[in-house]
Amino acid sequence: MSALLKIENVVKRFGGITAVNGCSFEVAEGSVTALIGPNGSGKTTAFNIITGYLKADSGTIEFDGKKIAKPTPASLYRAGLSRTFQQARIFPELTVLENLVISSSFDWKQLLGLRVTAADRARAMITLEEFRLDKLHDLRAGDLSYGQRKLLEFASVLMSNPKLVLLDEPTAGVNPVMIETMEKHIRARNKAGVTFLVVEHDMQLVMRLCDPVIVLDHGSKIAEGVPEAVQSNPQVLEAYLGS
Amino acid sequence: MTRNGLLRAGLFFVVLVSFPFLTTSQWMINMFIFTLMYVALSSSWNLIGGYAGYPSLGHAAFFGFGAYFTAIIFTDSVGNGWSPFLFLPVVGVSAAILSVPIGYVAMKTRADVFAIVTITLLFMAQTLAFNMHAVTGGAQGKSIAVPPFDPATFGRPFYFGMLALVAVAMAASMYFRQSKIGLSLSAIRSDEDKAHGVGVQVTKVKVVAFAFSVGITAMAGGVWAYYEGFVYPQFAVDPLITIGMVLMTFLGGRATLWGPVLGAFILVPAQQYLSYELGANQFYLLAYAGIFLITMLILPRGILPTISDKLRLRKKVKESLA
Repeated sequence: MSALLKIENVVKRFGGITAVNGCSFEVAEGSVTALIGPNGSGKTTAFNIITGYLKADSGTIEFDGKKIAKPTPASLYRAGLSRTFQQARIFPELTVLENLVISSSFDWKQLLGLRVTAADRARAMITLEEFRLDKLHDLRAGDLSYGQRKLLEFASVLMSNPKLVLLDEPTAGVNPVMIETMEKHIRARNKAGVTFLVVEHDMQLVMRLCDPVIVLDHGSKIAEGVPEAVQSNPQVLEAYLGS
Repeated sequence: MTRNGLLRAGLFFVVLVSFPFLTTSQWMINMFIFTLMYVALSSSWNLIGGYAGYPSLGHAAFFGFGAYFTAIIFTDSVGNGWSPFLFLPVVGVSAAILSVPIGYVAMKTRADVFAIVTITLLFMAQTLAFNMHAVTGGAQGKSIAVPPFDPATFGRPFYFGMLALVAVAMAASMYFRQSKIGLSLSAIRSDEDKAHGVGVQVTKVKVVAFAFSVGITAMAGGVWAYYEGFVYPQFAVDPLITIGMVLMTFLGGRATLWGPVLGAFILVPAQQYLSYELGANQFYLLAYAGIFLITMLILPRGILPTISDKLRLRKKVKESLA
């Protein structure tokens, strides 16, 4: 399998702190790759760099075979790279349906058209049905529960038909049933051809769902491999448990 | 737009169109001219300040631009009297074009910083108006040729000029709400970074909204200048105009169609009444401050959103009981 995303020697410093320190890794097309590591190991910073929210001090990022010179969140999203946030970020004042419509990356001609066209509605409803949010489509997104918001955020970033989805702690703070639901949806979409890069602290979920697992510590990769191998890697144990 | 909505808008305009024919009272017409001016101003401010959540305090600069543009063109002759009105689209489009680079730069900042950047724009415009003697006449002001209208119905053309701008502003507001421009603006208001991250054309829609907003504001400035006959820097580029627009929109309800209308219909007559009662001093400004405080404390989202929230809640309770 070829690499859909390739990160080489990425460095990011905040003042005196080096959050990402010469980090290199690849995400193979069609995989569900996990990115784990102790708190402060640079996972979210790496996410922000990959998705264009932060500018790396040095290093290169290659997505879908192309080097991205000036990555911005918008251009990457349009190129097929979606993400979710640790604290589900949705548009609370828009309805559930509108949250999906706004995320379907329309061009400027559509911008002049109706707020929600019949075609928009039909397309969004298919995804909402898949996520069992269809009954809530008219509700303000701000009225949803936290777990539902996470689902909605996930569903909405799929509207641009992404090749790669970065999930930042998709199950943090949600109930066990919702964790299963989330897992089910990730698997279903993965089967349909979407590649995932997941930051997650729920190790049971990571072990069940992800292959390979990449471990970061102090901003660089310390291990990579199948879940079982990573689990017993002494460097990983040391990073997590300290010494 | 729903049928009820259209009916409401239709009724609103029928009443306003017939109003000047029902009264001959000059002061009433005068008060309505200013009320309608502020309806147009706050509705247009709402396009960027309400829908996009960018609280511009610099709109008076564009109001002044429109006023001076009109005054400079029509210093010597206004033709049959209607030419300055026919010239308004030129004023509006010029202001809109001028606003593109300004908006592009200013909207790199957000919220409070944006407010400060735009208020700087206002004072820059005022300083220019005071100092560019050759063009603006400086502190002596600029006069416009007297319109050849019948004294008995002198106010009518200005009344209808303002009413037309109200229609333009409300049509723009309605269009924004119904199109993906409005959807994009709401997303920007909620979470601009996230909007950017899901491919919303953030910069483009913000600049478009800003251009529409200040274009209408400049046209209102044009009608105002023609009505007043004289343009002075301190009145044409007046922070109080900006504050009026903002306050009326906040009071009635930001990001709603009718909020700015309601706010203007409450505050302009109230202001006129207060300045009449309290003499020609500026004590009404204290009342302004009071209204602003009370609005922010009791109705932080404005009158209309508060009411519609209450209704929504009541309907929900009723449904859950049924």
